[in-house]
Amino acid sequence: MMGRAEEARTLGKPLSGYTERSVYVKAERATRQSKTPEAGSSATPLADMMGIITPSALHYERHHAGVPTIDPEQHRLTVHGMVERPLVLTMAEIQRMPSVSRIAFLECGGNSGGEWGALTGPTAQRACGLASCSEWTGVPLRLVLEECGLKPGAAWLIAEGADACRMQRSVPVEAALGEALLAYGQNGEPLRPSQGFPLRLLTPGWEGNLQVKWLRRLLVTDQPYMTRDETSKYSDLMPDGKARIFTLMMEAKSVVTFPSGGQRLPGRGLYELTGLAWSGQGLIERVEVTLDGGRSWQAAVLQEPRLPKAFTRFRLAWQWDGKPAVIASRAVDETGYVQPGKEELIAARGLNSGYHFNGIKLWKVAADGSVANADA
Amino acid sequence: MRTLSVALVFALGLCAQTSRYGVGRVPGAEEIRGLGPTVAPDGTGLPEGSATAVEGRELFAQKCAKCHGEKAEGDVGPALVGGQGTLATPKPRKTVGSFWPHAPVVWDYVHRAMPFNQPGVLSHREVYAVVAYVLFLNGIIGEKDVMDAKSLGKVRMPNRDGFVPDPRPDVKSK
Repeated sequence: MMGRAEEARTLGKPLSGYTERSVYVKAERATRQSKTPEAGSSATPLADMMGIITPSALHYERHHAGVPTIDPEQHRLTVHGMVERPLVLTMAEIQRMPSVSRIAFLECGGNSGGEWGALTGPTAQRACGLASCSEWTGVPLRLVLEECGLKPGAAWLIAEGADACRMQRSVPVEAALGEALLAYGQNGEPLRPSQGFPLRLLTPGWEGNLQVKWLRRLLVTDQPYMTRDETSKYSDLMPDGKARIFTLMMEAKSVVTFPSGGQRLPGRGLYELTGLAWSGQGLIERVEVTLDGGRSWQAAVLQEPRLPKAFTRFRLAWQWDGKPAVIASRAVDETGYVQPGKEELIAARGLNSGYHFNGIKLWKVAADGSVANADA
Repeated sequence: MRTLSVALVFALGLCAQTSRYGVGRVPGAEEIRGLGPTVAPDGTGLPEGSATAVEGRELFAQKCAKCHGEKAEGDVGPALVGGQGTLATPKPRKTVGSFWPHAPVVWDYVHRAMPFNQPGVLSHREVYAVVAYVLFLNGIIGEKDVMDAKSLGKVRMPNRDGFVPDPRPDVKSK
């Protein structure tokens, strides 16, 4: 007799216009309960990420008045103030200009703010997740400013969003004439609404709050406007009561994402430790990993591509002997800057600066394989 | 041919002085005003209108107190009063009165972003009124001091000189 017929296999789903991820993939941004869910942040699940690109749907968010719905046909960018020719530009006109694409991380100035305190983030997402990395496409802001012609003395751009609160930040013109983009593309598609559709400012390496989303206006001035979000927020209060202002560049930082808090190693054996490193000053030069709570450090392998002001993934083969271990990474960037420890940061800035925390993040691996923040 | 080249260079030269890509149009002054006021820290750009804290009291109760508390002491929204003298202590309290360096920027922020769930709903005069009230609650101005485009820029905030430039790198690594 011939062999028995196999159980009939079911056809898969048909072709479709847009693909959702597998029903078995569940990673989501982390939010907090809030009476004002339009204002706040959601954190990227860093430990679930692969490579260096953050899927646009999982890019961290920080909004101040919700995500507006903007028709790109109706959207305009107005550039005025200290320019020879003020201009109103449509999206179609902006997209007619020469474009560039580059991969760059974006990190909220308040990322890891909780790490200053005694109760630190229990997962990589909670501790460091207000950072993401995308390929951005747009027109160099320099070209638009040249089109307008900066008047002598023009030193700042006051950037304004089209969200309900008309979010506003002062941007030094030197940044605008450097790498800044008027970005309209992200990871191969138009910006997601939560990332500023149809147009946002992008100044690679500088704090996220500066990268005004839903950009509708650039006012060119000779001075910063000392806006709410650059004085009362995103400034760093020092022990002497003075607050540092315009601390825009995000210094080198890294975090081990595997093993990291909330995970569990099934048993002793060989693992590939991995994580992400980035620096607002350029390339990551090296990443060192400790497996013994900081007594000794060894170089991790940096995975290509290694790009300036972008996430850089690092890896290290680790033979876990099943004993408790305290692990961490520290990044060194191309300027020689070394990611500091939390104690060093506190020694320099005290406990009330709130923003711009880039300290080393320690994870504690217990004998049962469970991983937690080291101070848990 | 040569004539054409010269003409072309001439044309391109002109373009470079005005527009290289030929995109955009020049907006009129009215159109720019329509985008809403922009306010410099010295008050440049503040619009017409005036009010006192007396006028702001009731408006604050109606439009602001639900989030910021009856006396602006903070609730869902942050405290707007108090905290003066705390910035250099272990428990600093950052409020309009203790931390914000420029009164015109308070006007600007209230105008563009408040009330949280209805930004834009206050008239320019109403914004002067609630700002005057908050400054009064902080003991910075008198209850009957008239706040307008000129006087608001002359208000000296307690933390006017409280901000310093970025000195980084500032951390010594081991």
